[in-house]
Amino acid sequence: MKIQQISDMDEIGRKQRETLYTPERVTINTGMASCGIAAGAGKTFARAVAEFGEDEHIQIRKTGCLGFCELEPLVEIYKKDGPRIVYKNATEDKIADIINGYMEGQFDKKMALGQMRDPRSLLEEDFPNPLEGLDPVPDIPILEEIPFYGQQIKIALRNCGYIDPEKIEEYMARGGYKAFLSALEADQPEGIITAIKDSGLRGRGGGGFPTGVKWESCAAHEGERFIICNADEGDPGAYMDRSILEGDPHAIIEGMLIAGLAVGSNKGFIYVRNEYPLAVKRLVVAIKQATDYGLLGQHVAGSDFSFEMKISTGAGAFVCGESTALMASLEGEVGRPRAKYIHTVEKGFRQSPSNLNNVETYANVPAILLKGSQWFSQLGTDHSKGTKVFSLVGKIKNTGLVEVPMGTSLRSIIYDIGGGIPKKKAFKAVQTGGPSGGCIPDEFLDLGVDYNELGKVGSIMGSGGMIVMDQDTCMVDVARYFLDFLKEESCGQCNPCREGIKRMLEVLNRICEGDGREGDIELLQELGGMVRNFSLCGLGTSAPNPVLTTIRYFRDEYEAHIRDKKCPAGVCKPLFHYEIDGDACTGCTLCARKCPQEAITGEKKNPHELDQEKCIKCGICYEVCKFNAILIV
Amino acid sequence: MNETNPVAKDSTPAIDYPALDRLVEDRFNNDKENLIMILQAIQAQYNYLPRPALSYLSEKIEIPLSRIYGVATFYSTFSLEPRGKNIISICLGTACHVRGAGKVLDRIEDTLHVENGETTDDGQFTLESVRCIGCCSLGPVVKINEDVYGRIGSEDLTQILDHYGESKIEQGG
Repeated sequence: MKIQQISDMDEIGRKQRETLYTPERVTINTGMASCGIAAGAGKTFARAVAEFGEDEHIQIRKTGCLGFCELEPLVEIYKKDGPRIVYKNATEDKIADIINGYMEGQFDKKMALGQMRDPRSLLEEDFPNPLEGLDPVPDIPILEEIPFYGQQIKIALRNCGYIDPEKIEEYMARGGYKAFLSALEADQPEGIITAIKDSGLRGRGGGGFPTGVKWESCAAHEGERFIICNADEGDPGAYMDRSILEGDPHAIIEGMLIAGLAVGSNKGFIYVRNEYPLAVKRLVVAIKQATDYGLLGQHVAGSDFSFEMKISTGAGAFVCGESTALMASLEGEVGRPRAKYIHTVEKGFRQSPSNLNNVETYANVPAILLKGSQWFSQLGTDHSKGTKVFSLVGKIKNTGLVEVPMGTSLRSIIYDIGGGIPKKKAFKAVQTGGPSGGCIPDEFLDLGVDYNELGKVGSIMGSGGMIVMDQDTCMVDVARYFLDFLKEESCGQCNPCREGIKRMLEVLNRICEGDGREGDIELLQELGGMVRNFSLCGLGTSAPNPVLTTIRYFRDEYEAHIRDKKCPAGVCKPLFHYEIDGDACTGCTLCARKCPQEAITGEKKNPHELDQEKCIKCGICYEVCKFNAILIV
Repeated sequence: MNETNPVAKDSTPAIDYPALDRLVEDRFNNDKENLIMILQAIQAQYNYLPRPALSYLSEKIEIPLSRIYGVATFYSTFSLEPRGKNIISICLGTACHVRGAGKVLDRIEDTLHVENGETTDDGQFTLESVRCIGCCSLGPVVKINEDVYGRIGSEDLTQILDHYGESKIEQGG
């Protein structure tokens, strides 16, 4: 069937809403994004199908990621007139009991993460809540009220985990393609651009450039225009784009269609990382489905507007996240950036006007058009509107993807939503913005996160990676880690970046090896200034950030490495050794049993001893000791 | 057939040129712009980029071999050397790094007697590092072929590796 007008789509959506929200059969949604699959969701799904696949009262489905990755596999079970319960750690050995329990009305409280009280997306407020009038199950927390979800407002992630990403009808049921079809009927490209400008939406990929302004400039240049989606999510520690690609691919297609309409383009490209095979697969399915419904291709929805879409895969080059490098790579070339005295909105891909936005940016667009720019701009802060998805990872209890209004404090994100630092360790820093960002110490935890505030403390928003570090993280090693990453990923065409990063890395390496010299800190600062000021592209100009911010906030750690030849966090191997605290050691023998070198000896219930000659500093004893008896000296 | 073929000695695989033609023409429209994806498809088939295939490709889509070489060496996905039967990709993304991926890497290197980027002598494993596969909540993460293993402790590794080594040996003989 080809969709011709909004009413066609409403019809499809309405039918689908019944099967989506009030199914007669017990419905089991398994979170099958890459993160869930890695945690065992594939096996859970297979086991559920093996045991209940023949049961006509049950349907087993695949969905995207609900965001609480720490507790994956996540499985949600519901049916018409029954509660919607999300179960945590639902591994294959537990799934049969969980399902049987639900069928019998015995909801396993220990396994339940929470019960959903309103599954609608924010684009469905015209529809009644399918759970209206249903009493909550006692003793199971309300999902929307648990700390992890309580402060979240899901715009970009609105469908992730709620729909089967390989069913376009479910996307339509949740208000999908309505924004695009309305815009198509209205036929006012300037109106779309104005709405996006008024909303204050800024690029979510890291640059933070106002999206509407970019669209306007692209539309103003003559030639065949291109709409490009940057899905080359390369910042290590950031995976929100993967989650959207895998969980809600149509949101990106719709956002790109709207952009195509606004700037007058008939061709879209999605440049996806090769490391995301599932995202590619789901995009291929989504593009085919949209084409079958007449939403892509010639004469979209019977109109004069045509739009083709193509997927291009990257090949493992971080620098291709930079717009000009990405476009070179799209052309089948080596991904080297060029100087941007002529912007890509004028001459980009194939020397033509090209509009490039990131995945999350496009995912926001349909919501803004449907709910209005004013609604969007009421969220957030003066300079940063709407919400931002952060991937909260590292030394944090609740790792996962969280979408909160701009301006939410780091403390709220890390402690309220993230649950703080595990194992009673102390917070040391949070790293934002990936290799281009900086490390923020605890004195700035009350900072409201937006583009400007992060800039003030020397970091950047970037694509939204938030890596939490605790007392066991060595900040000199973190700086070295990022420079090592950037040394590998520098494309090598400009001297300041290629040589500067390498020289800085040499200095950091010697500091971590115990050969640091007086003046090394100043040397790093000087080199960092040079790399920042004279590199060609964003990779180089931001490369020194991790080094410069760690020097700014953790200078004492650098000094300990250089002057005292000590690594206080116990990471840089030449600069520390382990000792057993005889007073604290209870002689439980755990460390001795776990030590791969048999370096620890001692009688049961007597303090143990560590043979420094044999010790390889693997850290296993430090990790397993329950009595803090292993000391870093 | 292999005994009589001198090329087999240096283990260069026989290139299926008609299949390569079909790949380039049908899937990629003979279009130079698709070079990266063509190379990915070739690598998916042969496990690396064999030189004869690249020379042929150069004539076919009219790109100098030097430029194909440039692309193949610029992007980290591509390998000009044959790789092992099993590809171990250890994630060295930031989240995995702070959760001890470096120690896991040390451990794999010790166990298999290879350095990062190398292939074991028996051709079973190639060890490669990748920067973030987006499973940060499960760090440290190791991917073997298409299977992702999360929350790897240094103890779990030997078991996982054994599984691959053995299963491959069985298949082989």
